[in-house]
Amino acid sequence: MHKALLIDPQKCTSCMQCELACSFEHTGAFNPARSRIKIFEFEHGARSIPYTCTQCEEAWCLHACPVEAITVNLATGAKEVDPNVCVGCKVCTIACPFGTINYSADTGKVVKCDLCGGNPQCAEACPTGAITYVDASWTGLDRMRASAVAAHAPGA
Amino acid sequence: MGWQRKILRVDLTAGTSTVEPLNMEWANAYLGERGLATKYLMESMNPAADALSPENVLIFATGPLTGTMASTSGRYAVVTKGPLTGAIACSNSGGKFGAELKFAGYDLLIVHGRSEKPVYLHIVDDEVEIVDAAPVWGTSCWNTEEWLKGHHQDPLLKVASIGVAGENLVRYACVINDLHRAAGRSGVGAVMGSKQLKAVAVRGTKGVTVDDPKRFMAVVAETKAKLWDDPGRRGLEKYGTNAMIDNMHGWGGLPTRNSQQVQFEGTEKINARAMRATGEDGHRNLVTNKACFGCTIACGRIAKINPTHFTVVNRKEYRHASGGLEYETAFAFGAECGIDDIDALTFANFIMNEQGMDPISFGGTLSAAMELYENGVITDADTHGVPLNFGNAEALTIMAEKTGRYEGFGRVLGMGSKRLAEKYGRPEVSITIKGQEIPGYDARALQGMGLGYATSPRGACHMKHDVFEQDMDDVSGNGKAKPCKDSQDRIAAVDSTGLCWFTTSAWGLEEFAVQVDAACEGEWTAERLTQVGERTFNMERRFNLAAGLTRADDTLPQRFLQTPAPSGTAEGKVNELDKMLPAYYRERGWTDDGVPTNETLSRLRV
Repeated sequence: MHKALLIDPQKCTSCMQCELACSFEHTGAFNPARSRIKIFEFEHGARSIPYTCTQCEEAWCLHACPVEAITVNLATGAKEVDPNVCVGCKVCTIACPFGTINYSADTGKVVKCDLCGGNPQCAEACPTGAITYVDASWTGLDRMRASAVAAHAPGA
Repeated sequence: MGWQRKILRVDLTAGTSTVEPLNMEWANAYLGERGLATKYLMESMNPAADALSPENVLIFATGPLTGTMASTSGRYAVVTKGPLTGAIACSNSGGKFGAELKFAGYDLLIVHGRSEKPVYLHIVDDEVEIVDAAPVWGTSCWNTEEWLKGHHQDPLLKVASIGVAGENLVRYACVINDLHRAAGRSGVGAVMGSKQLKAVAVRGTKGVTVDDPKRFMAVVAETKAKLWDDPGRRGLEKYGTNAMIDNMHGWGGLPTRNSQQVQFEGTEKINARAMRATGEDGHRNLVTNKACFGCTIACGRIAKINPTHFTVVNRKEYRHASGGLEYETAFAFGAECGIDDIDALTFANFIMNEQGMDPISFGGTLSAAMELYENGVITDADTHGVPLNFGNAEALTIMAEKTGRYEGFGRVLGMGSKRLAEKYGRPEVSITIKGQEIPGYDARALQGMGLGYATSPRGACHMKHDVFEQDMDDVSGNGKAKPCKDSQDRIAAVDSTGLCWFTTSAWGLEEFAVQVDAACEGEWTAERLTQVGERTFNMERRFNLAAGLTRADDTLPQRFLQTPAPSGTAEGKVNELDKMLPAYYRERGWTDDGVPTNETLSRLRV
């Protein structure tokens, strides 16, 4: 079963544990500047929204890459960048409609979410359940349940 | 590791910046943040220098755990000589600025001298610029932060700044970071203003590493789990710090109408439940809660003013969500000024954050002025026609803005309660210790809190000791000396780690020690942390003695010592400081005059 990151901004407190965990997993240092998931704050902090790669099925980044550095991890469905192949041309960063693949001046390569090989550390670290890792076919399950309750069992 | 092992020293008089290695001998003795900055301050300036002179030194200090995955790792402290107190000031703050300074590669930023013209510091890792601040001088903290992000085309920039209050040396001006987090007390923002330093804007991309990453991750997972399940944490997440106001009202320890009373009949209208309640018009004060960097408590309040309220009905710019009421603000603007209008309190709080002022000291100063107004000492001629009677919500909001912009009677309020009361020849109405206004705990109803006020290095303060349980168990002054001393040392240690004091309902020094031990080289135990705390506290005492403070400054306002509490648990009681203080000095290993003995100093290697 493929799983996907499910983000519920209502639960996000902007605590940055996800960015810390992501950067630690990928660089060995606590360094939000190197995180592949970012929290955005709006209206003086009234809303905080974590955002990262959604792992598009027909991924723009993958198709745009001229050297085939981006491949699909068949176990997780993640689109992964092979740093040994990436030439740092940044075409993928232009192709991605969501901005979730970015160039790293440190390495001269692009970086994006790789779902940590199937154990995403952001979801692991999130204290409030704003980021979870769930069945990719049922990311709408909670909202569907809430709608069902609203329609047929108010007060349940 | 844990430390970045680098200090950034900026001389604003010369217009230069230099990087120096962190003195590891000092780091091993004082750990970081509060402790380490105290040591550096002592070694960098003459404590007798005027707080607002170029000789004062201003330190922004992170701790070894700042910026790590430990919970509440966003803390930094501003340490300097305080213009409100003439004593050492140590004001710590959360938000995201502190971690960013650490990510840029620095444990401490030390600012010397005074710039000839207003400037700000722009720090991007190793690149440090001192930049002309003319475009933002005379504007608010909110405008400054927005302008800096736009000007540098860097939305990820983190900013600590002063508002118009700090520029004009309002004695309790604070440093605001991330729009509504504050290094709040003792006037550290006025020191920044005196140096003509408008802001520090920082971007860091270097990250923080720890000594034993595997063990550190295991340890912080455990401490975070323990914190998560703690009822104290859950209460802070849901209700924020303002859950306290009901306790203090019920106990009879809620300073009300300039501490003439100890219970406030309007409590229900400004408490945490009132913040959470949805009114008939669908408005709710509390929008959401919010965490500082790394924090899994998330006690911060984000609030909105009712759009129909008089403060915002014609002013759309204050209708957005922003930092909401903490207990200290609810007490200082509410009970202490006798005001039960939650929207007026929230508006005045926005102004505090916008212009950079400490709400505790502003509320305490306004309440003293209100008492003098009701006694006919301050008149409408002084206030330019604004009636300063207790309970006047409009007066609160007008005076918050006037003080923030340093206009009219706001200039008098900007002196702080002690100087204001002296100006009108009525020093007894100033409810201050070492010139600093009290937080929301009456010293007659909480005896040990009073001892903490009298002996805190920065004057009246609720964040440097914790005798709460003992005060609840026994309303007399008996047995308060040792728990006061022990908690002061414990908190000084916590304040030196880079983590937040609000974790201590779940964590003892053992939990801090295992985290520091995994992050830093060497062996760190709870016992060693206690020594760091006691050493720090004694170093702060040495600073204050060298600054000219004496035993006579370890006292409380007359009102707490001579006027019995009018109601509540402590009805008829005064604070028993005369009994507690000598016992406290003995516990500390200080002389009868409150001077650390040579034995004490050599035991602590101060």
